[in-house]
Amino acid sequence: MSDSHPSYLAHQFDDVEQQRQASTMGIWLFLITEVMFFGGLFTGYIVYRGMYPEAWKLGSHELNILLGAINTAVLILSSLTMALSVHAAQLGEQKKLSRNLLATIGLGGVFLVIKAFEYKAKFGHHLVPGEHFHFEGPFSNQVQLFYSFYFTMTGMHAIHMVIGIGILFWLWAQSRKGKFHKDYYNPVEVTGLYWHFVDLVWIFLFPLLYLIGRH
Amino acid sequence: MSTATSTASEGKHYLNAKHTVLSWLLTVDHKRIGMMYLVSLVVFFLIGGAAAVLFRLELMTPAGDLLRSETYNKLFTMHGIVMIFFFLIPSIPAVLGNFLLPIMVGTRDVAFPKLNLASWYVFMLGGILAFVAIVGGGVDTGWTFYTPYSTMYANSNVILAVCGAFIAGFSSIMTALNFVVTIHKMRAPGLTWFRLPLFVWAMYATSLVVLLGTPVVAITLVMIFVERAFGLGIFNPALGGDPVLFQHLFWFYSHPAVYIMILPSMGVVSEIIACFSRRRIYGYKFVAYSSLAIAVIGFFVWGHHMFVSSQSTYAGMIFSFLTFFVAVPTAIKVLNWTMTMYKGSISLEAPMLYAFGFLGLFTIGGMTGLFLSTLATDIHLHDTYFVVAHFHYVMVGGGVMGFLGGLHFWWPKMTGRMYPEGWAIFAAIVIFVGFNLTFFPQFQLGYHGMPRRYHEYPADFQVLHIMSTAGASVLGFGYLLMAGYLGWSLKFGKKAGANPWDARGLEWETSSPPPTENFLVPPVVRHEAYAYEFESETSPESHPSSESSA
Ligand SMILES: [Cu+2]
Repeated sequence: MSDSHPSYLAHQFDDVEQQRQASTMGIWLFLITEVMFFGGLFTGYIVYRGMYPEAWKLGSHELNILLGAINTAVLILSSLTMALSVHAAQLGEQKKLSRNLLATIGLGGVFLVIKAFEYKAKFGHHLVPGEHFHFEGPFSNQVQLFYSFYFTMTGMHAIHMVIGIGILFWLWAQSRKGKFHKDYYNPVEVTGLYWHFVDLVWIFLFPLLYLIGRH
Repeated sequence: MSTATSTASEGKHYLNAKHTVLSWLLTVDHKRIGMMYLVSLVVFFLIGGAAAVLFRLELMTPAGDLLRSETYNKLFTMHGIVMIFFFLIPSIPAVLGNFLLPIMVGTRDVAFPKLNLASWYVFMLGGILAFVAIVGGGVDTGWTFYTPYSTMYANSNVILAVCGAFIAGFSSIMTALNFVVTIHKMRAPGLTWFRLPLFVWAMYATSLVVLLGTPVVAITLVMIFVERAFGLGIFNPALGGDPVLFQHLFWFYSHPAVYIMILPSMGVVSEIIACFSRRRIYGYKFVAYSSLAIAVIGFFVWGHHMFVSSQSTYAGMIFSFLTFFVAVPTAIKVLNWTMTMYKGSISLEAPMLYAFGFLGLFTIGGMTGLFLSTLATDIHLHDTYFVVAHFHYVMVGGGVMGFLGGLHFWWPKMTGRMYPEGWAIFAAIVIFVGFNLTFFPQFQLGYHGMPRRYHEYPADFQVLHIMSTAGASVLGFGYLLMAGYLGWSLKFGKKAGANPWDARGLEWETSSPPPTENFLVPPVVRHEAYAYEFESETSPESHPSSESSA
């Protein structure tokens, strides 16, 4: 039994192929739950956007389109390094794997830092919903609603980024120990799918929050 | 095979494999995790039940003399939150599903055992948060957390309760994800989709509902949380926010959640009826597909909770029609179970009594649902005791009856001991009578206009309320009786063999309790499910009932 059960094959599986299929299916199911999770937020966004198109336009005008665009580029680049990590893991190229994982972590970090500066600016401009919210112009209440969605949506996205970075660190530590090779790379592959999904959420958030309705 | 089974029954099984507390807390064995869930759920059931005792006592008199209205509100909220999020939703999947599903598909464990263990910890964390919210001052929003009350007016314990429900949701997602992958990827050789027990089909359908619905209520609770804790405005009418949007999002999950509570019971009932009628389930494929149909249609009826809260009439009409429509696959199941029993050789052991209880009570619950899904009658009946009675018939009469039936049916498998049959039959009857006495009068109360969630009422209603409270006492007595003899049987019950009911299915082909790896020899399936017309696969000597083999 033990010779057919290598250390990276969990006891409940018969063979490596079954394990690989199970983990792939597992992550896709998880991503479906994520689609439904963000779907609830997008639904709210769409309903209110339909109710208050003017306020939504005014709100998005205050966002920093340059920082948003840079962040979009940063995330797309991080998806590339993530894909390269998976590729390196499949080929068993340890050095390349660790390097690309670190690059992905770094790019994720850059995104969060830029996002933090954006948040800080919003605090400065009194655009954070709550008692101190202040917006010169019409529809200030509904603009506050827009910013509630802005912070909830980008905040949820950022939390997903932080979790992703945590998992990437763990993968990096594992990869340093040479845990991944051409027969066993599920964790890298699965994390890759998660990371791409989180990037994809941003690809939707950026136009919805920053671009639509801008002339 | 027979010798293997009998040596296993004398030797190691999952319960005595290891003894330390830590070996339970760190276990990845799906059977042990199922048992840990069982113990936790009993505790939550007692908490939720205690709240019910208090408010049923209060309702014995028209005046609010035992509890202040505020306390009363907190108690029914606590009852709802605990019973729905921490008992009914996890009940069958997390206990019976965890224990049985891997065995039924003939594998060693679920696909992701560590995730399975994590689900229990996550569940307990959610439960503890909700409990702290209850003890630390209470929540009075009702289990539905309707805005703007929850976000703008209720006390801030609501934040903790919302967090608790949010976190508990992840545990059901983890369980559901595990089940779907296990069913897809880990079935034993020969076990095709249409040879699966209908319990597995029901678990599959339930898991789909959990995976698609729970994330939506999760984000909805997040929205409540950020509004309440950070002062953002999502549903705040003062900013132009829409509280009815909250209701839509909430019920998009919480209506399908009814099927999370009922589909597993339907699966259990299929197993019990086949076994105690000695017949293959009539129209197996229809019963299997109707589970999926219920899961799918169940996602398009949520608007029936908003017939009177500013939803457009046209939307109301569509939701009304779809709600009628979801009754069709349910009716198919009831018809097929009845046909299964027709000309079967029926025996009336306790599990079968619970299955009968399920059929009768769930049918009443379902039929009264049709009154509520009719737009015109709903205007009269909404927010009355009629609704309360309706969903208790569905969720307790359906959900809990199925759970108890399954618990008795598989008790010998899970513990290796038989429960005392006479006491079990007595308790089943007590529970059935107590349940009806509690909730049937509430249909009348509601029809005559008694609104839900009030602790004072006109004196005219007192007789019916006293009947209801009396029924609740009988029901509570039945539950305690059951807890008593089940506990007793753990030590003193007759030793159960591998297959005390002479039932079909892989779980009956391994010893009771099963060994840690479930099967000593990985099983191969050669029969359809419920092959009751054939002799049992396990030869007579390996039969538990024949004492000689042990
Ligand atoms: Cu409903």
